[in-house]
Amino acid sequence: MHRTGALYGQFKTLEQQKDTASLGMWIFLVTEVMFFGGIMLAYTVNRHTYFPAFAMGSNTLSIQLGGFNTVVLLASSFTMAMAVWSAQTGKKQLISIFLTLTILLGFVFFGVKYIEYSQKFHHHLVPGRNFDITFCVNNPDKCEDISAKEMDVEREEIAKALAADPNLNAHAQLYYSAYFGMTGLHALHMVIGAGLLMWLLRGSLAGRFTPEWNTPVDIVGLYWHFVDIVWIYLFPLLYLIDRYK
Amino acid sequence: MPEKHYLNATYGIRSWLLTTDHKRIALLYLASVTFFFFIGGFFAMMIRLHLLSPNGYLLSADTYNRMFTMHGVAMIFFFLIPSIPAVLGNFLIPLMIGAKDLAFPKINLLSWYIYVVGGAFTLYSMVTGGLDTGWTFYTPLSTVYSNSAVAPAVIGVFITGFSSILTGLNFLVTVHTMRAPGMTWFRLPLFVWAHYATSVVMILGTPVIAITLALAGMERIFGLGFFNPAMGGDPILFQHLFWFYSHPAVYIMILPAMGVISELIPTFARKKLFGYHFVAAASLAIAVIGFLVWTHHMFLTGQSTYSALAFSFLTFLVAIPSAVKTFNWTATLFGGSISFDTPMLYAFGFLGLFLIGGLTGLFLGCLGIDMHVHDTYFVVAHFHYIMVGGAVMGYLGGLHFWWPKITGRMYPEWLARIAAFILFVGFNLTFFPQFVLGYLGMPRRYHVYPPEFQVYNVMSTAGASILAIGYLLPMIYLTWAAFYGKVAGDNPWPATGLEWKTPSPPPTENFEVTPVVTWDAYDFHNRPDLGLDVPGHSAVVQTHGNG
Amino acid sequence: MQSPLPFFPEEASNFAGKVDAVFSFVLFTCLFFAVLVTLLTIYAAFKYRRNKPDEVGSQVEGNTLLEIGWTAIPLILALGMFAWGAVVYVNYRTAPKDTLDIYVIGKQWMWKLQQPNGKKEINELHIPVNRDIKLILGSEDVIHNFFVPAFRVKMDVVPGRYNTMWFRATKIGKYHFFCSQYCGTNHAAMGGWVTVMDPADYAAWLSDETGDINPVSAGEKLFSQLACVTCHIANGTGRAPSLNGVYGAKVLLADGSTVTADDAYIRESILQPKAKIVAGYQPVMPTFQGLVSEEQILSLTAYIKSLQSQPVPAKGAGIAPAPAGKK
Repeated sequence: MHRTGALYGQFKTLEQQKDTASLGMWIFLVTEVMFFGGIMLAYTVNRHTYFPAFAMGSNTLSIQLGGFNTVVLLASSFTMAMAVWSAQTGKKQLISIFLTLTILLGFVFFGVKYIEYSQKFHHHLVPGRNFDITFCVNNPDKCEDISAKEMDVEREEIAKALAADPNLNAHAQLYYSAYFGMTGLHALHMVIGAGLLMWLLRGSLAGRFTPEWNTPVDIVGLYWHFVDIVWIYLFPLLYLIDRYK
Repeated sequence: MPEKHYLNATYGIRSWLLTTDHKRIALLYLASVTFFFFIGGFFAMMIRLHLLSPNGYLLSADTYNRMFTMHGVAMIFFFLIPSIPAVLGNFLIPLMIGAKDLAFPKINLLSWYIYVVGGAFTLYSMVTGGLDTGWTFYTPLSTVYSNSAVAPAVIGVFITGFSSILTGLNFLVTVHTMRAPGMTWFRLPLFVWAHYATSVVMILGTPVIAITLALAGMERIFGLGFFNPAMGGDPILFQHLFWFYSHPAVYIMILPAMGVISELIPTFARKKLFGYHFVAAASLAIAVIGFLVWTHHMFLTGQSTYSALAFSFLTFLVAIPSAVKTFNWTATLFGGSISFDTPMLYAFGFLGLFLIGGLTGLFLGCLGIDMHVHDTYFVVAHFHYIMVGGAVMGYLGGLHFWWPKITGRMYPEWLARIAAFILFVGFNLTFFPQFVLGYLGMPRRYHVYPPEFQVYNVMSTAGASILAIGYLLPMIYLTWAAFYGKVAGDNPWPATGLEWKTPSPPPTENFEVTPVVTWDAYDFHNRPDLGLDVPGHSAVVQTHGNG
Repeated sequence: MQSPLPFFPEEASNFAGKVDAVFSFVLFTCLFFAVLVTLLTIYAAFKYRRNKPDEVGSQVEGNTLLEIGWTAIPLILALGMFAWGAVVYVNYRTAPKDTLDIYVIGKQWMWKLQQPNGKKEINELHIPVNRDIKLILGSEDVIHNFFVPAFRVKMDVVPGRYNTMWFRATKIGKYHFFCSQYCGTNHAAMGGWVTVMDPADYAAWLSDETGDINPVSAGEKLFSQLACVTCHIANGTGRAPSLNGVYGAKVLLADGSTVTADDAYIRESILQPKAKIVAGYQPVMPTFQGLVSEEQILSLTAYIKSLQSQPVPAKGAGIAPAPAGKK
């Protein structure tokens, strides 16, 4: 099999090749749905069983950072769609610009995630490593990034949660296992996506994508949108459990 | 034999390890699955030798527990799941649909490397402490209490799952977009339908075992608590997640074998498969309903009675399409012109053994019987009848049938028939006594047992020795035949599939000219090019490149 | 003992005959079809064997009526098998009211069994013949399974929850029991003997205690040691409901629902008291998670059960109003 221009040897027409690549990416995304679905099931079952602990865990997340990340990802999906449109309409320079913007937004997401994760490390909220949901409430001096007002709210929430569930720490650890599992898996997929985008950028800077042939942009776009949608599910599931008050 | 074909087109180890030719990749898989088959077989021999005596003085308890665990892991994940799809499916699907290769040849090669890496991790686990949790990894035994190399094994199986996913993805897309002109859906060989259904199961089910093993692995390594009751977790949640894949997995193992049988019977009866559409639909029905029965592995975990009733009912439903297929295969024989070449002997063997294996599934799905035989040797006998009596027979039958196409040479027919017979006898002697053992109450995974069970255990071990010979013989003569067998010609049987319209072995690009299909599958009456004596037609013999 | 090549274990319980009957039904039905298909196959293989090397078979597409037929008939038979098996199983999963309850704890790699009067056994189960027996199964570590082949019954023993199983032994004798869920190194050694006795012999055996503590008195001691008695005052004037008559009764909860006070409810109330609050009471009970072992919970439960026969106060038992009442 050798490449004849842009057409691979096993295909007869470019259209067949494009349809094949597209179908392949859609089926791959179905497998990703099943993959994330498994951990979401584990999360759902445990949330139903240990609601107070899960609500408490959720309350220790920053809704501002999570919300900001949501907006960032939605914007990155927009810039990705614009990159695909640019490829389809032959606006070669715009492809590179929009791809670059998507990558940058992705890195903003990573930056915020880094802030959130390191916060969890400092607050003893990593499962398996002296996990303690009451750490900040009991040691406010070690959790200076929480304001006094927020600390009061958290103290009250911890007290209520402990009353409802004496085993709060063990069950909150389950919440955080799900948190790190789901967001970690999602972040891993985003890293792969960023890598794919950088590979696309190389191609677009070399002018390889035309209205006749832009399949890689198309299918990486599908992947990126999927990763975005996963976050749209994760954000309410993890951050917005108990916020209606 | 043609001068240039896919085997001699290029030389050197790099041309094999970096190939994107689906036929060469199929042979890479053949080598690796055969390797794991013999690893799994070695563990099986150790089990059966140890069980000759009730006191078990051959192996220690811990060693025995590792033997049966690693037998299961090697055979299921590294032999049964890949075998027919990755060897025969990879080789034949493009040929059968008139394509030059699969949709994604590089992903095909990647899937083999993923398999090898996963296999390496699992082998590492086997040699550094072994695995003693059972292939089912039930928690909290596997995540908290076991002292064996659970983590590398879980990582190995996790990685290999992606090999399965990529193979399934490749097949699905290929069948959708790469069929030759005229090859409509209902002209496809049933082997292709079977692999389509299998691929649906692969892509929907395998990701679930992946995440389940990932969670179990993290639980073991980092001490999380999803499945550990001491930390508020639920061991039954693990079972649900595990069986959600592992039940459909058994359909990944049997559907391809059924696809092989659907090729063998029409070919050797020289007659269309009776009820083609029903058999195709039955394959899809098995794939779909197969996702709805997983809790039948959990009837006695203390779950709700309503749940047990629902899943028992669904389990009986999933048996029906398999019954329909069996009746259609049998009906094909009537009015046929039957020959007893080795592949057909394997098909007959499959019919009989799958019949027993499948019917005994009804016993297990029946709640009033499962309450007695759950987790006994009855279950062991049931699944070996289907997986060994069914899937492995199908695999060997297929290997024999397509060996001339793959190698250009014929295997020795009489030796092959003797080996098939030895296999059939050895198999029944090994596993039929286990049904009796199970109903008598001998539980599974026992390294010692009450002395009243010894007679049947000895019978079973005797059978296993015969079975071992039955497996060694083809290994030897198929290898010999690949180099020294009689040159077979393009279509020695002759058979009606597109794969037989290319030279044996095929050229790298499969077809010099893309074929245009105007005939149904197995339509012996409308294929004058096969040179057979069809009533109402004169025999027109077309020879091309014979020998 | 048994003949050299037996096929069936002894039938020694009320379920044995039922299980064997449904087994025989399924066996003969499957045998019929297996023999039919096999004979048809052999017949066809002979009748239609190839006579000349170039011969082909006849051109037959199929027969829709036949397809419908051999789909419908197996379906009906399959549903029959399902139904018969379901009846036996539902019977098995629905324990009768008046059972002799025995507590069974499985741990790697032994069984600890406790009779109603507190007498303990290890890897042995003594029971009277012709009496409904309920086993309450708990695990200290991994999943096990309690299996008596001669009775045709088994049930998983899962850590973190109680499972129950019931049967009625119908023949005096000794029968093997096994662990039937792989549980590690000595899974195969984790068995023992069920001894079914004449009721008089059983009573004699039972009362032959040498130093065994009655769990009811152990439970009574714990009840006061752990200060349960300060809130759960018997005459209903305490901060917490009286426990007289509560075992087996329907309890009215604060959210309006009712729940039956069985072993699992009592265990949950001790370990997670906030899970279910009795109507008319405050959620002030502290948890005893980590302060009581499984065996102590069993003792407390035995004591609370013994309060069934105590007078129920007018107020303070949280029992739902008539007609639900007791048991």
